[in-house]
Amino acid sequence: MYSVNYHRAASVADAAKLLKNGDAKLLSGGMTLIPAMKTRLAAPSDLVDVSRLKDLQGVKVSGKTVTIGAATTHYDVSTDEKLKKACPALAHMASLIGDPAVRYKGTIGGSIANNDPAADYPAALLALGATIITNKREIAADKFFKGLFETALKEGEIVTAVSFTAPAKAAYQKFRNPASRYAIVGVFVTKGKDGVRAAVTGAGEDGVFRSKEIEAALAKSFDASALDGLKVSAKGLMSDLHASADYRASLIAVMARRAVAAANA
Amino acid sequence: MSDVSLTVNGKRVSGSAEDRTLLVHFLREHLGLTGTHVGCDTSQCGACVVHVDGRAVKSCTMLAVQASGSTIVTIEGLADGAELHPVQAAFKEHHGLQCGFCTPGMIMTATDMIARHPEGLDEATVRAELEGNICRCTGYHNIVKAILAASETMAKGAKGKAKQAA
Repeated sequence: MYSVNYHRAASVADAAKLLKNGDAKLLSGGMTLIPAMKTRLAAPSDLVDVSRLKDLQGVKVSGKTVTIGAATTHYDVSTDEKLKKACPALAHMASLIGDPAVRYKGTIGGSIANNDPAADYPAALLALGATIITNKREIAADKFFKGLFETALKEGEIVTAVSFTAPAKAAYQKFRNPASRYAIVGVFVTKGKDGVRAAVTGAGEDGVFRSKEIEAALAKSFDASALDGLKVSAKGLMSDLHASADYRASLIAVMARRAVAAANA
Repeated sequence: MSDVSLTVNGKRVSGSAEDRTLLVHFLREHLGLTGTHVGCDTSQCGACVVHVDGRAVKSCTMLAVQASGSTIVTIEGLADGAELHPVQAAFKEHHGLQCGFCTPGMIMTATDMIARHPEGLDEATVRAELEGNICRCTGYHNIVKAILAASETMAKGAKGKAKQAA
């Protein structure tokens, strides 16, 4: 790891100020950033640690509205009793990230700001139609995830929370890489008052995306049988040593069917 | 450079370290606590697992300065003098180790796992919870056996203590 200057932010405003130092980066759980720094894929001059800021932590559920602080760990999301009642699919999804030690440190804000094309949270937030709240504005998930490791966040902008309306039905299914536990394909489906949404992670060349084919089929009938015989196009899907684009296309249909079955269970 | 102040195995310690110093290196090289191992150095193998503020985390993926102010327990902090911690005793009894390199991380993960499952553990849960710890010798079988046995011993101990208190 190259040399770096560490700062522990006292508040979100303080973090915004500290971010102006050189080529500073925000540090939350560090489960992606620190490995990237160790391999010198990332070399920020300064780190601004926001993980201990209390007002960025915790899950709030008020009626159907769920708000999760950006520095809430995957462990805390996966075990939150209020969330397990309001949106069990999201708590379940968080329990599938990495391993227990990673879930104790990694955070929802860090995951979505990094927007890894195989991360789980981007699919969840896109399918939930969530709003990403920053220190400057609110951004719809549909406009937030831009491409590989790319988001709508501007220089110096800090994710503070995410918020969504709990859907009537939702579920996430993923086919994991057995070594990294990242998704080779993950599909998050929701059925809410605004209809059906299905978001796919791990597969797209440009990162997370909504599958129009799956959404159209499920809009007619929110049942796994509605996806029988569904052919997902391999166009725009990734091919790598883990899976070809064709295999990923096939997995998308399988994971979508399983997710719908789980959502209806 | 930053000052790093920690409570490690019940003792307050402080030192100065480069900001890029990983917690595992601070523990091993500054404090001489070499029970915590560096295996893969890529957050996969879990040989470096320690408890930070009561949570089992990978100390190769955390800066020492990030942990400053925290309470840390390493493998050296588990035994009560000459008396092994129930998880250590179970690993010995059930031969849950061969070369022993992964054992400190396995045991720190196991103690955290048992604490999180006061209702008890089954084999499938133990295997799923061990996803972040890699062992190259044992095939995991005796590790799983040891953790299940320790979980039972500790549940009995907790019941015994509750009775004493009542």
